[in-house]
Amino acid sequence: MAVVTLTINDEMVSAQEGTLLLAVLREQGIEMPTLCHLDGLSERGGCRLCMVELGSGRLQASCVTPVQEGMVVNTHSERLVKYRQMILELLFAERNHVCAVCVMNGHCELQWEAAKIGMDHVRFDYLNPDLAMDASHERYALDHNRCILCTRCVRVCDEIEGAHVWDVMGRGVNSRVIIDLNQAWGSSQSCTSCGKCVQVCPTGALFDKGATVAEMEKQHNFLRWILDGREKNVWSYSAK
Amino acid sequence: MASPTAAVRTKRRADDEHPSGDPRFALIDRTLKRFQYQQDALIEVLHTAQEAFGFLSDDLLIYVAHQLKLPLSWVYGVATFYHFFTLKPQGQHNCIVCMGTACYVKRAAEIVAALQKEYGVAPGETTRDGLLSLATARCLGSCGLAPVLVLDGEVLPRETPEGTLARVKQQVG
Amino acid sequence: MNRADLEAMAQREQQRQQAFGCRILCCASTPCLSSGGQAVYDAINAVISEGGWEAEVQAVATGCMGPCSHGPMVTVQRPGEEDVVYERVTSDVARALVAAHAGKAAAVAPVEHVMPASAPFFAKQQKVVLANSGLIDPEKLEDYVARGGYRALAYALREMTPEEVCKEIIASGLRGRGGAGFPTGLKWDMVRKEHSDKKYVVANGDEGDPGAYMDRSLMESDPHRILEGMAIAGYAVGADQGFLYVRGEYPVAAKRLERAIRAAERRGLLGSRVLESGFNFRIDVRIGAGAFVCGEETALMASIMGHRGQPVPRPPYPAQSGLWGKPTLINNVETYGSIAPIVENGAAWFAEIGTAKSKGTKIFALAGKVATTGLIEVPMGISLREIVYDIGGGIPDGLAFKAAQTGGPSGGCIPAAHLDTPVDYESLKALGSIMGSGGMIIMDEHSCMVDVAKFFMEFCMDESCGKCVPCRVGTVQMHRILERITDGSATPQDLATLQELCMMVKETSLCGLGQSAPNPVLSTIRYFAEEYTAHIADHHCPAGVCTLEKQPVGEWVTA
Repeated sequence: MAVVTLTINDEMVSAQEGTLLLAVLREQGIEMPTLCHLDGLSERGGCRLCMVELGSGRLQASCVTPVQEGMVVNTHSERLVKYRQMILELLFAERNHVCAVCVMNGHCELQWEAAKIGMDHVRFDYLNPDLAMDASHERYALDHNRCILCTRCVRVCDEIEGAHVWDVMGRGVNSRVIIDLNQAWGSSQSCTSCGKCVQVCPTGALFDKGATVAEMEKQHNFLRWILDGREKNVWSYSAK
Repeated sequence: MASPTAAVRTKRRADDEHPSGDPRFALIDRTLKRFQYQQDALIEVLHTAQEAFGFLSDDLLIYVAHQLKLPLSWVYGVATFYHFFTLKPQGQHNCIVCMGTACYVKRAAEIVAALQKEYGVAPGETTRDGLLSLATARCLGSCGLAPVLVLDGEVLPRETPEGTLARVKQQVG
Repeated sequence: MNRADLEAMAQREQQRQQAFGCRILCCASTPCLSSGGQAVYDAINAVISEGGWEAEVQAVATGCMGPCSHGPMVTVQRPGEEDVVYERVTSDVARALVAAHAGKAAAVAPVEHVMPASAPFFAKQQKVVLANSGLIDPEKLEDYVARGGYRALAYALREMTPEEVCKEIIASGLRGRGGAGFPTGLKWDMVRKEHSDKKYVVANGDEGDPGAYMDRSLMESDPHRILEGMAIAGYAVGADQGFLYVRGEYPVAAKRLERAIRAAERRGLLGSRVLESGFNFRIDVRIGAGAFVCGEETALMASIMGHRGQPVPRPPYPAQSGLWGKPTLINNVETYGSIAPIVENGAAWFAEIGTAKSKGTKIFALAGKVATTGLIEVPMGISLREIVYDIGGGIPDGLAFKAAQTGGPSGGCIPAAHLDTPVDYESLKALGSIMGSGGMIIMDEHSCMVDVAKFFMEFCMDESCGKCVPCRVGTVQMHRILERITDGSATPQDLATLQELCMMVKETSLCGLGQSAPNPVLSTIRYFAEEYTAHIADHHCPAGVCTLEKQPVGEWVTA
């Protein structure tokens, strides 16, 4: 594959043609905020946090944009930082993210991104939807109040576990992640209880039953372990 | 003693037959066959199912999912994405008020409000006695006749709140 | 069937039609039917059979004739005479006009119901795509063929290479009629150049704009025109399968298209070995299920494949990787409707209509506060004033024109100061609106622009697929602010926040729906800023629409 040269934040960088921009940015040590992206899962391009400014002034989500020869990229323009902050505010206002009483307090990716960007208040109306919790599964629980609809759970269940228990119902702001026929998790016939969805969830929407405030921590390394094993017959302990 | 192939055949026939014996399933099966059980035909099959049964019950969604060999959540996700599909039983009569731009500019919202007040039913819902379902549509494509509504399949042009109420009363009783 | 058979069929049908001394065309499209069109058609047939005039007079149920608010419409054709168009026909008027035109007795034609051909409604229009609409029975293939139908396909298959077809379309200057205005020929050529064992052609008949019905009317009135355009496209790009995606709300259109496809297949105009050439092309109809976002091409493809209609980021573009990962050509049905005339009359003919950058004609669904509403086809570059005052007959009740809304929820409002703007892609864009798919809603002084912006925002909020955050949550927040402005509880800070949100949603959303959702707000702020301030600062709705019953909450909330 050919090598292309692009300009990232005024520096010349070369990369393999066809590589996704986000990977190149991370390789360069540039801190890029992401929520729906997770190494090992298919790209979604939904959270829009990883957007960058191209030479033309257009904004593109770097997680779904392949690098091109001569590309000029700005990752932290004033406009981008402002927009990222607004997007995070929109997410916090959408459902009920009360960090102080959340199982993921201190380990939550949404919280991290907000802290990193310095988001200290929300200027929009809190929508305060009336959302349920599902604690019918023997080991895990689902709290729609914390869900940001990144669909990592949907993708990991479909792509890695192969069970496709999860999907999204409805549309727009009324979208919800669902199990089977929008039924109680504990009654699901297709769920293998593998817990992958819980581990990849960036917030406190999916957690181990019994965890209390700030107790839940998640790890994603199993994704690399499984994928390397599946694709290359290599199980690398350094990654685990 | 039956030969093994005969046993297989009997078993397969039993699988094909819907336990309910409801002839409406034959309509769904016809659509399934027309599309050779391709998973891409999910929306077409759901259209047929809704036409035959009036709404998509859980049982129906499970049936479609099994026939197309799709996960349940996939089928449920598709059925709830599109506004055309309804998962709740519909009333005996239905009234769809167009809320497209042309109708909106000509005050279609007042018609909806009048019906809502009279029958105590919000758009997208059915009265408790199951007589009337009220719905709004994005656009019925008859903008020249705004405001438009469809009462039990009949397109009524240039409606007013009073006129609509009288019409609906006549129909629903 | 081959080319000679096609000619023979056309001649046979023409002779058959001319054998009638009088043909009475009755509009049988939804607007006319719901104003009593069926009774009119029945009355006409009754008079014919009562008089025993079956051999001389023919009654035909046709598609849309245009001035929908004047329906039911009837057109009378007599060989060697100009067509006479009747408006607001009742059963009695129908009986009178049949008797008069059939030349029987001393009956006098009901002249007070005649809409003169010189009326500006007709005179200012130019029918290219709608040339057959209202003149043929959409259920009869022969009617279409008699008016030169499928001749362009036969010509292309026989006389042109796929490359030449693409070049012809490029030369014609035709641009996508779905709204964005991408040059159609370039798109075709991109798909043509892709190497693949399978390619697809898709026609988008999922009318996005909630105030428009051009696509429905075209599909219902002249289905073969679209099929022919798709077949030519299939030949040009090397596809053998087409999909016609029809909105779920349009069952009549879907049924007519299905019937038209079957009729064309039976005659060898579609299917395998089209017109005895080596070209195979089949078309399947797919019914949408009510999702505005499916007008976006990637969402539309997802829907055709039976998925949730959620868009996916581009690139890759459908031309490279579309349906089932194969190169796919997607055009609006109106675009396909322009193809046959271009092939038939040549690119130069088409390029002469319109302006320097926008060629040809455009269909608009004229609606709202205007005397004559209906479906019109005008040359690009016509001024808005001509559409509103000449074709539309001005604003009723002596009220003043306030704005024209084009492009629906993705477009904007054009104020009176710009009435003389030529209607073309660039001019409308410069005014902050878009050409859109062809909805045009006229508003008078009783329309509140903030309320209109709120209406469109509610629409976008409802129709957002929920995939990307800016559109999913941003539209809700924008709608909330607009609601506050119209109920009287907004503060000046709200207006600033609204504008910031608009820019963010416009620039960061994943697909066209989100990117254009703020347009109605931005354009009304641009031209009617004083209305926004009147609501917020003076607590007053100039149009008298908004109730403004609430008060802003005190400053302490933000402090």
